[in-house]
Amino acid sequence: MTRKNYYILTDGILKRKENTLYFINKDGKRPLPIHSIYSIYAYSSLSISSQVVNLLSKEGIPIHFFNRYGFYSGSFYPRETLLSGDLVIKQAKHFIDNEKRLKLASDFVKGAIFNMKRVLSYYGLDNNMDTLLEDLKSCKKITEIMNVEGRARADYYKLLDEILPEGFRIGERTRRPPENMANALLSFGNSLLYSTIISEIYNTQLNPTISYLHEPFERRYSLALDISELFKPIIVDRLILYLIKKNMIDETDFEKDLNYSLLNENGKRKFVTEYDKRLKKTIKHRKIGRKVSYKRLIRLECYKLIKHLLGKEKYKPFISWW
Amino acid sequence: MISDAEKKLLIRGTQVNYYFVCRTKLWLFSHHIQMEHESDIVELGKLLHDETYKREEKSLILDDLISADFVRKGKLLEVHEVKKSDKIEEAHFFQLLYYLYYLKKEKGIEEIRGFIDYPKLRKKKEIRLTPDNEKRLKKVLEDIDTVVRGDFPRPQKKSRICRSCAYLEFCWA
Ligand code: SF4
Repeated sequence: MTRKNYYILTDGILKRKENTLYFINKDGKRPLPIHSIYSIYAYSSLSISSQVVNLLSKEGIPIHFFNRYGFYSGSFYPRETLLSGDLVIKQAKHFIDNEKRLKLASDFVKGAIFNMKRVLSYYGLDNNMDTLLEDLKSCKKITEIMNVEGRARADYYKLLDEILPEGFRIGERTRRPPENMANALLSFGNSLLYSTIISEIYNTQLNPTISYLHEPFERRYSLALDISELFKPIIVDRLILYLIKKNMIDETDFEKDLNYSLLNENGKRKFVTEYDKRLKKTIKHRKIGRKVSYKRLIRLECYKLIKHLLGKEKYKPFISWW
Repeated sequence: MISDAEKKLLIRGTQVNYYFVCRTKLWLFSHHIQMEHESDIVELGKLLHDETYKREEKSLILDDLISADFVRKGKLLEVHEVKKSDKIEEAHFFQLLYYLYYLKKEKGIEEIRGFIDYPKLRKKKEIRLTPDNEKRLKKVLEDIDTVVRGDFPRPQKKSRICRSCAYLEFCWA
């Protein structure tokens, strides 16, 4: 059985009875059989007991918690079962060695820019992403790489604004709090993706706290930030553009009182439903000759990184080929 | 929990098998780069645990490649490997040999016989830990250590065995 993501949007309690979890809220009781769970995303106020935590730990199931604004607040990262001392050492070595770190950091940005370019050309928007890719080549410091990334993203958002309806323009990207609907969607989507990547890393031997583009002290799981750069355009941004273009999301999905800067429960539900559909969507993978889901692509990215860290096979960032 | 001795037996047995199957697989497995939770050793451990204790140490399934029945008949211990076709693959031959060797060296069980059974053909073939076989096995064990201590051996070419290997996506994505 393939395990599913569960998104909890209403307040309630998670209870354990033997090997089944039950989610109980005002509408009733819903069973979540333990072997059907891949990760849980908790967007509401959720009470859990230590029995629940013990079971989740035993089964290796992470829970990601978000505050009521939809911002990521933390994860229950179960006890690691996949440990490889060798790999952790190699991961750290690639951080300490400046050249090795630069190579990985710039690969992440390279992939991110390529994927942004892919989104822009999908919507027929002319862009200067190639110049930025050129600039990337001459970067000698992490801060320079970050700078190129920042410029790319700013240009990219500006271009996307050309095709977005008035109420949904990004304008200046604002984060905490987001100041308009588009920024609210971006923040919500990016933290969702960040959590998804944490779950994927959990299922590998990679240590989520050693990162290359971002500084390891920026966030607890900074490696997830690195990897998310690659997938944001293809998973989050495309989803947002789709929702807006198809009129699937509108003003009524936001908190009016908060100046439309946050999704309300209904809006969140729509978003996570479509997001989950996207994670499950498959594409034919040319190299392994099988269909893989978007979610699996993230895992494959982790594998590629592991191979790079082990030596002999250079990492090539994920670039959307469709 | 399975005991350390059992774990060692399983790990070594699996290594012997992988040595003949694929060096990349051997290396990854030995460096604890296992795939998700279906990693062989976890499964093996579970099987060993469940089967051994439930059936009072009468029979034991080591994995889907080697089904070994440990049958005590008086003083004699028989280790069986059940096979469908009568083609003895090196991997299985040496894995079985390794179990015999281990039981002899570590457990001091001398009265021991290894069999490869072909139930479909109603045949069985005895495998013995002769001095010559023991020498060949030792060479294999040394080679395994060399591979494991060395650098990550990059997968060579995609073959038939990759298709059912847990590392497929790891190696080829
Ligand atoms: S996928 Fe193929 S190359 Fe890779 S470990 Fe398995 S058998 Fe070896």
